[in-house]
Amino acid sequence: MWLWFYKLASPPYAYAVAGKLRPWLLWSAIALMIVAAYGGLVIAPPDYQQKDAFRIIYVHVPAATMSLSVYVVLAVAAGIGVIWRIKLAHAVAAACAPIGAWFTVLALATGSIWGKPMWGTWWEWDPRLTSELIQLFLYLGYMALRSSFDDTQRADRASAILAIVGVVNVPVVKYSVIWWNSLHQGPSISKLGAPSITSDMLWPLLTMMLAFMLYFAAVLCDRIRSEILKRERNASWLSSVMSTRGAEA
Amino acid sequence: MAQLLAGGTAVREPGLLQIAGLIAARELRLAVRHWDQVAQPLIFFVVVTTLFPLAISPSLRELRNISPGVVWVAAMLASLLSLESLFRPDVEDGTIEQWALSGQPLPLMLLSKTVTHWLLAGLPLVIMAPVVGTALGMPMSVWPVLAGSLALGTGCLSLLGGIGAALTVAVRRGSVLLALLVLPLEMPVLIFGARAVDLAMHGEAVAGPLNLLAAVLLLCLALAPFAMSAAMRISIE
Amino acid sequence: MSMAEFFRMGGYAGYVWSCYGLTLVVLLGNLWFARRELDSQVLRATRRTQASASETSGSGPLGRAS
Repeated sequence: MWLWFYKLASPPYAYAVAGKLRPWLLWSAIALMIVAAYGGLVIAPPDYQQKDAFRIIYVHVPAATMSLSVYVVLAVAAGIGVIWRIKLAHAVAAACAPIGAWFTVLALATGSIWGKPMWGTWWEWDPRLTSELIQLFLYLGYMALRSSFDDTQRADRASAILAIVGVVNVPVVKYSVIWWNSLHQGPSISKLGAPSITSDMLWPLLTMMLAFMLYFAAVLCDRIRSEILKRERNASWLSSVMSTRGAEA
Repeated sequence: MAQLLAGGTAVREPGLLQIAGLIAARELRLAVRHWDQVAQPLIFFVVVTTLFPLAISPSLRELRNISPGVVWVAAMLASLLSLESLFRPDVEDGTIEQWALSGQPLPLMLLSKTVTHWLLAGLPLVIMAPVVGTALGMPMSVWPVLAGSLALGTGCLSLLGGIGAALTVAVRRGSVLLALLVLPLEMPVLIFGARAVDLAMHGEAVAGPLNLLAAVLLLCLALAPFAMSAAMRISIE
Repeated sequence: MSMAEFFRMGGYAGYVWSCYGLTLVVLLGNLWFARRELDSQVLRATRRTQASASETSGSGPLGRAS
C-alpha cells in the first residue's frame, strides 16, 4: 500500500493514473449530481419558512464546503511538498487553487442571491458569507504570490509557506467572525442553511456534497496533468509518452 | 561551547540573548540615523484618521460611534506601510544573506529585528492613538483599553506583516501584493481589537476580546519567526 | 405538481434557477478550461518531442541518417 504512495509521487505514474481515473470520477460525479438535484428540487418538501427558496442550499452549501476543503487539500499538499520535498505535491497545490477560488465565488454568489428573498438585501455581513469572502482573499493572495515569481521552485515554496500560515489562520478567522457577528442581533430568519432539516431534505444535500467532491477530483486530474507537463518539460519519460501519443494521433 | 581560533585562544559562541541584543542595538542605531523612516508611518496614521471626519461628518457624536474602527483601520494601514522598511533595505545590501549564512538561528534574528521594528513603528501608534481617538470623539475613559488593544494588536500586525514582508521582499513593486497577503490574515486581530474598544465605550466587559488578542499575539510570537525565516531563505536565494 | 408549478418554485423561480444556472456555468467552465489547458500542454509537449526526435534521427551533414 505504501509502495503505491511512493509510486504516486513519481510524475509519470501520477500522470497515467490521473488520466485513467478522470472518466470514472467525472461520470460518477455527474450521475450523483443528477440524482441529488432531482432529490433537492423535486422530492424534498418545501421548507416551512423559506418555502422553495431553501432549495438553493443544495448548491450553496456544497460550494461553501468545497471552498474550505480544497484550501485544506492545497495547504496539506503544499506542506508535504515543503517538508518532504516532493515536487508533485507542489503541483497538486497549484492545481487546486483556481478550482477552490471558483467554488468560493460560487458560494458567495449563491449565498448573496439566497439572501435577497430571505433578508431583503443582496448582502449581509453574517458569519458564513463574511468568512467565505475572507477565504476568497486567501485564495487570490495565494495565486497572486505564485504568479509573482518567475522561478517555479521559488513560487512553489513561497506560496507553500503562505498556504500553511493561511490554513492555521482559517479556524481563527472563522471563530473571530462568528464571535463578531454574535454581538449583534442577527436578521430574523438567521443564518443560511438554518431550516430544520428532515431526512428527505438531508440526503440530497449529502449526495450533492459527495458529487462536488468527485467533480473536484476529476477537474484536479486534468489540472495536475497540465502542471506535470509544464514542469517536466525536458524529462525523458515525457518524450516516450508523447511520441506514443503522436503515433496514435 | 567554545571555538578554538588559530592562535589557540578560545572564543565562546554568542548566546541567543546576545545575538538578539546585538541585532536590536543595530536596528536602534540605524533608526536614529533615519528618523524620517520612523516618523512617516506615524504621520500617515494621523492623516488617515483625518480623512474620516472629512469624508463623513464633523459631528463628534457621529464620529464617536465609528472611532474605534477608524483608529484601528488607520493603525493597520500605517503598520502595512512601515513594513516596507522592515526587510527590504537589509535584503538589498546583503545583510540578511550574511545573517542566513552565519550559522546562527535565523528565526531568532528576524524576531529580534521585528520586535525592534515594533518598538519604532508600532509603539508610536499606540501612544498616538488616544490623541487621535479623542479627536474623533472617543471618551478618555476608553484610553487604557485603546492603548492595550493596540499594543497587543500592533505586535500581531508586525509579526504577521513580517511573514508577508519576507515572502514579498524579492518581488519587484511588491507592496500591494504584501497588503493583499497580509490584510486577510490580520482580520481577526482587527475584529478583536476594534471590538474591545467598542465594548469599552459602551461600558461592557473587555476581558474576552483582550484575552483573545493576547492569545493571537502569543501564537504569532511562537510561530511567525519560523515562517519568516523559511520565507526569507526562499526570497534571498 | 405540474411542470409550470415546478418551474415557478413557489414564486422564487428567479433566485433558485439563477443559482442553479450559475452553478452549472461555473462547474462546466472549470471542467472545460481545465481540459483546454491540458490539451494545449499536450500539444506543445508532443510538438517538442517530435522536433527533438527529428533532430536526432534526421540526416547528418553528409546527407546520411545518423
